[in-house]
Amino acid sequence: MPMQPFENFTSVVVPLDRANVDTDAIIPKQFLKSIQRTGFGPYLFDEWRYHDHGEPGMDCSNRPLNPDFVLNDPRYQGAKILLARQNFGCGSSREHAPWALADYGFRVLIAPSFADIFHQNATKNGILPVVLDEALVDELFALAGGDTPLTMAVDLHNLKLSPEGRASIEINIDPFHHHCLIHGLDDIALTLEHADAITAYEQRRATETPWLFA
Amino acid sequence: MSPRTLYDKIWDAHVVRVDEHGTALLYIDHQLVHEVTSPQAFEGLRLAGRKPRRPQATLAVPDHNVPTSDRHLGIVDPVSRVQVETLIANCREFGVQLFDMDDLRQGIVHVVGPEQGFTQPGMTIVCGDSHTSTHGAFGALSFGVGTSEVEHVLATQCLTQKKSKSMLVRVDGVLGAGVTAKDIVLAIIGEIGTAGGTGHVIEYAGDAIEALSMEGRMTVCNMAIEAGARAGLIGIDQKTIEYLRGRPLAPPDGNGRDDFERAAKYWLSLNSDPGAEYDRVVQLDAASIRPQVTWGTSPEMVAPVDAKVPDPAEIADPVKAGSYRHALAYMGLEPGATIKQIALDKVFIGSCTNGRIEDLRAAAEVAKGQRVAGSIKQALVVPGSGLVKEQAEAEGLDQIFIAAGFEWRDPGCSMCLAMNADRLEPGERCASTSNRNFEGRQGQGGRTHLVSPAMAAAAAIHGHFVDVREL
Repeated sequence: MPMQPFENFTSVVVPLDRANVDTDAIIPKQFLKSIQRTGFGPYLFDEWRYHDHGEPGMDCSNRPLNPDFVLNDPRYQGAKILLARQNFGCGSSREHAPWALADYGFRVLIAPSFADIFHQNATKNGILPVVLDEALVDELFALAGGDTPLTMAVDLHNLKLSPEGRASIEINIDPFHHHCLIHGLDDIALTLEHADAITAYEQRRATETPWLFA
Repeated sequence: MSPRTLYDKIWDAHVVRVDEHGTALLYIDHQLVHEVTSPQAFEGLRLAGRKPRRPQATLAVPDHNVPTSDRHLGIVDPVSRVQVETLIANCREFGVQLFDMDDLRQGIVHVVGPEQGFTQPGMTIVCGDSHTSTHGAFGALSFGVGTSEVEHVLATQCLTQKKSKSMLVRVDGVLGAGVTAKDIVLAIIGEIGTAGGTGHVIEYAGDAIEALSMEGRMTVCNMAIEAGARAGLIGIDQKTIEYLRGRPLAPPDGNGRDDFERAAKYWLSLNSDPGAEYDRVVQLDAASIRPQVTWGTSPEMVAPVDAKVPDPAEIADPVKAGSYRHALAYMGLEPGATIKQIALDKVFIGSCTNGRIEDLRAAAEVAKGQRVAGSIKQALVVPGSGLVKEQAEAEGLDQIFIAAGFEWRDPGCSMCLAMNADRLEPGERCASTSNRNFEGRQGQGGRTHLVSPAMAAAAAIHGHFVDVREL
């Protein structure tokens, strides 16, 4: 599926002060029964966000909110940037996790590390995962957790984050992911440009390891 | 050529091309598909007017949503039913082989692949499921992918990939009696942490790994993802080859065909060369590993059964101490609690980690002639596949479980993640042979302790954790 090209923006930062946030927490399993790619946003972090038990298709507008959960804090409404601790997105390979984050409105995730499969899935859905040093993440938590929310400008074209009141931070990103995010490319179409190379590979392997192509 | 690892060799054999950024187009030999992570991938193909490049390279089986009892009634939950029906319709439309719910071969995708010989050494295998790492037990580079990549592989039989770093985990020595593959992998995760393997492919080696059966090796590779590694690998030996000989989808053997012998010779050539280098090496002494029990909400929160739950006040790292406090509050445990005194409500024996015949035999050995404790509300035994179930019944294991008060069910993922009707209620505590103790994993508010099949069976009999070495 082609994704939307990544546009630069400015947003408040939501500090989710937890390590090892797993994909079961990001989107609980009952919502994985959907056969759609959209509509997961209202159920993002469902078990942390609401006091009751969520089920697919539920109208969330009248559900009891957990006031202690950071996404429910009025200061962070409309945020597009999520700040978390190490190993964000660990666990299951469910792409429903980045679908839910994107559907909610998040475009940038910042953490000291991300789980590999989640990282890959996020970039396929127009979300930029930014890996920063623990010390820098600590500093951002201190800035974001104050009475006034932290506002940050994201410039993916020039690879920088600009938190308000602090020097800009350089973004390191795989050049292929950068290219795909900026242009919103359909990466299946990109691979199909090499169909001849794939065919040549298959023909060679069919000779070397014929049992694989029997 | 310099010495290469098993990972290097499989990687090199599958690179179709490398772009100017060093990103490879990697050929994928086989894909496994289940109902949860595939509907949007097939829909993507349909919207783009694409067809699977090699439909015969894909095998599909419903597992997450399937009921484990009264299967003749079909799936009662309408949302689950639509998901399974969608898989059936997609497989029919796109020409993909499917083992439907009434097929004896149906089961958990990671049990079915090896059992059918669809999993073979030296292959690249993906599935829209993180526990695809299981197939690494056969020396296959196998890893979980998201739905976009499921679609990518269906359409192109390739993935764009950067090569991971390599980690060697050596477990030398001999395991003590009652200590199993599950305890090895939980001990490894306890040692390196749930992010310890991030960015790496783990190769497991050493006497204790070589001594494991193929079932045990699958358990160890299955939980590589719980250590953050995308894939786990184990070298190919005679056990690997004999396990595969004669399997329906393995290279043909006999009848004048030498495919299997040719394949076996190739497979053995893939093992890591002496002197091959790894980015990181971790060593464990098998003799020092004790039966493990997780006490928290991440698989790294694990301790030996004869230990106590840790006290967050003694943890120096504030982020880690905070995680521990949070986990203990969720689990309803006090710091310093004795693990053997933790009382349980439910017991689950099954999953892609421990739902194979050897796991059921180990649990049955403990359960034989015993009774499930009166305080246990439910003790489930869920075979990993229809063929595992059939084998267990042929050995009389079902009768042992039923006589002891366990429920003997039909195959599926079941209470590992509670997408079907099998689940924990809020606050219920479960000894589970599955792979994840995340909050809400087995049901909202449910509390999961990960253990081996023998430890789970013993906990069912006694109503609390016991050290299987003392039975």
